[in-house]
Formats: sequence, structure tokens, C-alpha cells
Amino acid sequence: MSEIVKGRILKINILRFDPNEPKILPHMETFEIEEAYGMTLYIVLNMIREHHDNSLMFDFVCRAGICGSCSMLVNGRPTLACRTLTSKLDENISLAPLPLFKLIKDLSIYTGEWMRYLNEHLETWIHDQEQELNVDKLEERMDPDLADEIYELDRCVECGCCVAGCGTIQMRPNFKGAVGLNKVARYHLDPRDKRTDEEYYELVGDDDGVFGCMTLLGCEDVCPKDLPLQSKIAYLRRMMIKTAIKN
Amino acid sequence: MKIIYTDVLIIGGGLAGLRVATGVKQRGHAAVILTLVPPKRSHSAAAQGGMQASLANSKMGEGDNEDVHFSDTIKGSDWGADQKVARMFVHTAPKAIRELAAWGVPWSRVKKGSRTAIINAQKVTITEKDEAHGLITARDFGGTKKWRTCYTSDGTGHSMLYAMDNKAHQDKVEIHERLEAMSLITDEGRCYGAVARNLMTGELVAYISKATTIATGGYGRIYSVSTNAIICQGTGQALALETGIATLGNMEAIQFHPTAIVPVGILTTEGCRGDGGLLLDKDGYRFMPDYEPDKKELASRDVVSRRMTEHIRKGKGVKSRYGDHLWLDITILGRAHIEKNLREVKEICENFLGIDPAVDWIPVRPTQHYSMGGIRTKYTGESQTLKGLYSCGEAACWDLHGFNRLGGNSVSETVVSGMLVAEYISDFCDSYDSSIHIHSSKIEIALKKEKDKLETLLTNKHGEDAYVLRRRMEEIMMDKVGIFRNGKDLQEAVDELEELYKRSKNIEVFRSKSRAANPALVNAYRTQKMLKIALTVALGALLRTESRGAHSREDFPERDDENWLNRTITSWPNEGQTMPSVSYEKIEIDTMELPPGFRGYGKDLTKHHPDTKVRQEKVDAITEKLQAEGANRFEIQHALMPYLKKLPKKYRGTNERLGENV
Repeated sequence: MSEIVKGRILKINILRFDPNEPKILPHMETFEIEEAYGMTLYIVLNMIREHHDNSLMFDFVCRAGICGSCSMLVNGRPTLACRTLTSKLDENISLAPLPLFKLIKDLSIYTGEWMRYLNEHLETWIHDQEQELNVDKLEERMDPDLADEIYELDRCVECGCCVAGCGTIQMRPNFKGAVGLNKVARYHLDPRDKRTDEEYYELVGDDDGVFGCMTLLGCEDVCPKDLPLQSKIAYLRRMMIKTAIKN
Repeated sequence: MKIIYTDVLIIGGGLAGLRVATGVKQRGHAAVILTLVPPKRSHSAAAQGGMQASLANSKMGEGDNEDVHFSDTIKGSDWGADQKVARMFVHTAPKAIRELAAWGVPWSRVKKGSRTAIINAQKVTITEKDEAHGLITARDFGGTKKWRTCYTSDGTGHSMLYAMDNKAHQDKVEIHERLEAMSLITDEGRCYGAVARNLMTGELVAYISKATTIATGGYGRIYSVSTNAIICQGTGQALALETGIATLGNMEAIQFHPTAIVPVGILTTEGCRGDGGLLLDKDGYRFMPDYEPDKKELASRDVVSRRMTEHIRKGKGVKSRYGDHLWLDITILGRAHIEKNLREVKEICENFLGIDPAVDWIPVRPTQHYSMGGIRTKYTGESQTLKGLYSCGEAACWDLHGFNRLGGNSVSETVVSGMLVAEYISDFCDSYDSSIHIHSSKIEIALKKEKDKLETLLTNKHGEDAYVLRRRMEEIMMDKVGIFRNGKDLQEAVDELEELYKRSKNIEVFRSKSRAANPALVNAYRTQKMLKIALTVALGALLRTESRGAHSREDFPERDDENWLNRTITSWPNEGQTMPSVSYEKIEIDTMELPPGFRGYGKDLTKHHPDTKVRQEKVDAITEKLQAEGANRFEIQHALMPYLKKLPKKYRGTNERLGENV
């Protein structure tokens, strides 16, 4: 482990606003923190809250890059704050809440509501009317490689970075974003879900779905889980065009 | 006054809470989940390595069944577990995993044919059967006789939680996010819901329900370094404790996971060692075979954590500015395996340590990980003393884990207990017994009490800083109530914690005075609750003058069945007291299926109870007789310790396996 004798002084510029107190307009506030070895933005923000300003709001849960709670703009780029090492950044660091989501206060945003609506709308669960499940019986078989492929897409943590990095959604507020399209691709791939291509077309075969995407691919650039968003959106689009032509 | 009525109120939106919600919904009851964070962000998502269920599909799991899983679990618990609960659990686990498979979890599957694996630092070839192809596979975990831990890569908890939350969406479960339960509403020995605070607006709301379920996970964050998510603060246990009626069980039973990274304490899964990873010291020497020649790195978690600490104390740790650590070496597994089956570990190493675990060793040390203790319940999940209050998952002590939990049994417990407890709650809600008789003025009083507490915190003058109290508590727990414990340190811990608790009554929230979204206010009231929980842990540990499972007393190294085969029960009957009340619940030997024995680690220091021999002889006699009569394993089990009738009818069926019961 390499040692840093004297840490840099980091200047953390944070966009502050509390919707409960609208008279105090949004403004930037700067905090100075001495850098330590292995420091992440999780550590920095907690230090600010504990020693400088205890009213500062932000969201961390797992602080291990697993839960997707702490997405924010770090120097203008959407990412997970908990696993961002300060050593990889300049000493001037700007932090702002992710755009497009409802602001709770400071860096805390209400992604839960947005994602819930998305999941309900796209019905991101296994659709299987026919089978009455008997849990005593052997499970249904699945090809091992297919299971791995589904898991690959299942790794999305709903952090919202792709939404914040999306150009299309600036113009089409109802656009499902890469997070939504990836989910559709995931269920389409899953043989346990019995929905037909036509049913998927109803869900995403329009400008708020896969045909709205302008292929700017900010989503893929900022996805902290490196999901194959580009190829999945392209795949979904081909599939939807095929379905449209067929009907 | 805002009141929301529902049938079943569930506090906590992780795997256990979600499974209870879908279960009671299916039985026709309304359910509301209160959760601090969106359910998909719960700590359940962090369970990497897998879920134990004795499917026996893979080659290395052949011959596995409920009996083997049961015996592993009881030994792992150091005979502290409730054996009937453990039986119910191992019987239901295969059903739970199959249900989740139908709900969309992409479990990793058996691939027929030969592959190379690493076992005990040797390359071996494992050949999977053709007929198992496509069924759910399993990996090795510590303390298990068979490879039983089913997984999806190392994102098992994540994929389970996502499937479960999506199922809850499908079932239209009402989920109220960023709501924190502040206190339970009780009247005449019955629980009727909770007062909750909206963390965005500060609004206080009363939720009135027939049944209330606490599924808020563990209390790891009373320690300064923990693998737990930062919301695992024991507030659920504190809610129960503060009723003065509900009790907590075995709070001193705290598990330390052998391999969290240094310094931040993020977990690297037991799957690393299960898949063949090794523990090395400062000389690159593999030390575990010296201590545990049989199970080596895959001894039970409590054992490995103690051995690592012993080895560090011998001066064999690697020095670092954050204290001594050891190495976890998974390079021998090869890049392909790491990138497929241990990818979360790889991401964590890259992002938090800046290393590549396919090339570099990972700095690790034992770190607080799991709370075996929790809200003491009957096997139905209902509090033993407060009617209408239920609890399940890590929050509860029903008591599956005793004094040490096996890896892979926790996520499994979340869904299994959720399935079962949902049925018992539904039975209760179906009965006249569940009708609500609470006067609205009492609800108003409960709301006002919480409002006043918050006002006091915000308007106190010259009070205490919650952060100072909390950080000191975390240090005390870490230094004095850790892996190895002794009477002197524990006494000091209890004394100082009591002092901190007294001071916490006078906390003042400085500067940040908002009644709405206010992290300082949240920290203030949670610190008060956490200190109570810390006291139950420290006091329980001080009084228990023996070593059992994860509770290891240097001054009392032997397991003492004669005096300590019991559960610690803590309560807080009087709001004015500054220490919890402690009593003990005897664990009966004469009904055990597996009488107390030696776990097989180190030297046998057990002081056996005289009843053990009697019961063992009886168990042996029954088993021999029935075997001679040609009885099958189910019949023998039933003769030793019947449990099946305790299970809900729908879950009593015999589990199919390849070659068994098909």
C-alpha cells in the first residue's frame, strides 16, 4: 500500500438546495477536506456532514458499489459516489444531484419513485399464466449459458446514471431510458417469461421506447456496471422492426 | 392526525419483508411496507455468495438432503439453535429456491461434462451428470459437508432481491419509501402498528394494523467497522425493545466475517474460499491447515475469524497504516473464473483497492458481519411476549443460527422465514383474535410522544453531540466486544456504554434545525436507539461466562452446557432504567434430534450436560431400532423430533431430488 505523507487539500463544491425552504435559492458551497489514503467520496461527504455541516443531505446505503443509491454528478458526470476514489480526481471536485429525478435535498434524489413507475409500466416480472407452481418438484431446467446471459443483464442496479446521461430523455420526458430498455431485453431473453413479441412491441415499440433512442450512447459511457446497453438497444430495435413488419 | 389502516404492516423492505408482503397478499390481506430506502437498495442486495438449499444437483452436492443441512446448521450454531426451527428451515429451503427460480432469479446452472476446479490448492476435475444438466448448481461454503450454496455468480442477493421486489410490484404491494418507524403502538399487551416519520417531509403518520412485522435486518453498525450497509443500525430491534414488552434473544451473538477488505470493511464473499481461494500471512504462508487440518479455510466462519486473529497476534499479520491484516489469494482460480463467478469481488478490488485480484492478493481481516441475535419470537415469528408483533429474517431470533450462522444460511433464511411467517400472520389475521381494539386517543398520544421527542432534540440547549456519543460507542464495541472477549474489557464496555446512554438522553441537534429532511436529526434519534442495542450486546456478552460459537471468552474458553445451554433474553421494561433486564431461556436437551456434541474444531473443551448422554443413548436406540425395521430417513427423523405439523399445510410436501422422491 503506497503512503501519502501529507494529503492534498480537496475543495469540494456542492450544489445545495432544500425544496422545503424554497426561499434559499440553489447555490454552490465549498468545503475543504484533507485527503487521506484510499479516500472515497463516501468518506469525504460523511466528514463534511460530521465536522462541517450536519444538514448536508446525500444517500448512501451499501457504500460498496452494489445498491445504486449514491449516484450523483461528479465533475458533471453521473457516477456512483461511494466507489469514486478522490485520488483519481483533481483537487477541485464539484458535486451535484443527478438531474431529471425529483430532488429531496442537496445531493439526495428520489430515484425510487421513478424506478417504481418504470417497473410497473414495463411489468418487469415473469409473465406465466399457464403454470401452477409446485415448489416440491424439481425446478425447470435452463441452459447454463443462457442463465449467465440473463444474469449479465440482471446486474442493473437502477442507479439512474444512464437516465442522467441520456440525451433523448431531455426531449421526451416519458422515454424509458436505457434502464427500461435493458430490462425489456432481459425479460425477452428469459424463456420463463411467456410474453410474445407483439406484447413487447406494445410496451416499447414507440418513440418513448426503443424508437426514441438517438443512439448518443451516453448511457453506455456512464453505466457503472458496464452493461452492454448499446448492443441490447440495437438488438431490441431490430426485434421490434421485425415484429412491426410481420404484422 | 394522519392515520393509515392496513391488515399487515411490514417494517423493512428487504428480502424477508418483501416475502412476507407477497405471502399475506396472496392470502387476501392488505399489506403496507415501510422502508428507509427503495427495497431494491436494501442490504439483502449485498449478499454475494449464495443461498443454502439441499438440492443435491451438482456432483459435489450428491447425497445432500435436509438431514445433512440440518446437522451442519446445528453444529454451526454450537447447539444454540432451536432444532425444530432448523428442521422447518431446511425442509422449506428447497421450496423457496424453486419458487424464486419461477419468479425470475437466473440461478447459475449445472453444465454436464467435465470442468476443472480448485480444491485445497489442487486442480481437480469434476464431472457433472447428464441428467443434472440445467438444474440449479451449488458451490462450497464453510462449515458444510456438501456443496450446497446455490448462487448467481456472486450477485445472489441482488438477483433474489430484484426478483422479489418485482414480484411485489406484480402483487401490487403498497410500499411507502423513505419512511422510518419511530415507535410501535401498543395497547394492553397487543401491538397495533407504528408511528412513522417521513424522511423527506418530516411528517409523522400513525399506521394501524392487525399484525406488525419487523424485518429490518441486523445491528452491525453499532461497530465502527462492519460489512453491513449503513442502515443496519438495529433500529428494528430497538423498536421492539422500547415497547417494554417484547424481548430480544442472544444479542451478544455477533458474527465476524473472515474476509472483509482493509480498511473500508467491504465484504469479499466466502465464495472466494469456497471456490478455492487461500488465506496467506505476511510471509505468503498458508496458515489455516496448521490450525484446522481438516476444514482449513472452509472451517466455520467464527473459527476462521478466530484463527486469523490468533495468527495476527503471533506477529504474522501484514503491517499497514490501518492495522495488521492478512491476504486472501484468489489468483490461483484464474482470470476466467474470477470474471465469471466472482465479478463483484473483482469490481470491489478495482474500485476500492485499485488492485486486480486475478494478479494481486487482497488485504483482508475479520470484520463484524452478522447479527445472530434479534427480536425473540416463537417459531411462528410472533414475539413471545407481545401479541400482534412479528419479526423475521436477520432482525429476528426465532432461532435458526444459535451462536454462529453458516455462510449461505442468511439469504436462505430471509425468504424461508418470510414464506412461513406470512402464513402464520395470515392465519392470525383470519381469526377474530386479530380485530383491532384501540381507542383513537391512544393513537394520538403515541403520535404526540414522538413529536415531543423530536422537538426536544431540536430545541435542547447545551446538550450532547450525537456524533461524539455514537463514534465512542462504535469504538467500544469494536475494541471490547469483538472477536475475543474478556470479563475486564466487557465490564468497562458496559460501564461506559451506560454512561453514554445516560448522556444520550440530553442530545442536542446543533445548527441543522429543519423539521423536514434533516440528517442530523435522524442521527440524533437513531444514536439513542443504537446505544440501547449496544448495551444489550455488551451486557449479554459480559454475563455469558462461557465460549459458544461466535461468542468467545478468553477467560472462559470452554463451552459450558451445564450452565449455559440457554438463550439470553433482554428487555427494557421500564423507560427510566439505564440498563436492560436480562433473563435466560433454557434449551431443552431431552427433545433434541441432535444432542450436543463436539463441533470438530481445535480441542474439545466442552463441559457436557448430564442430560446429553441420556438423550444421545435414546436417539441412538430409536435410530437403530427403526433402521432394523427398514424405516426410511423421514420416519426415523419423525420418531426423534416431529416438526412437520408446525409447518403451514402448503409447505409440508416432500422435496423432489434427482433420484429421490421423483
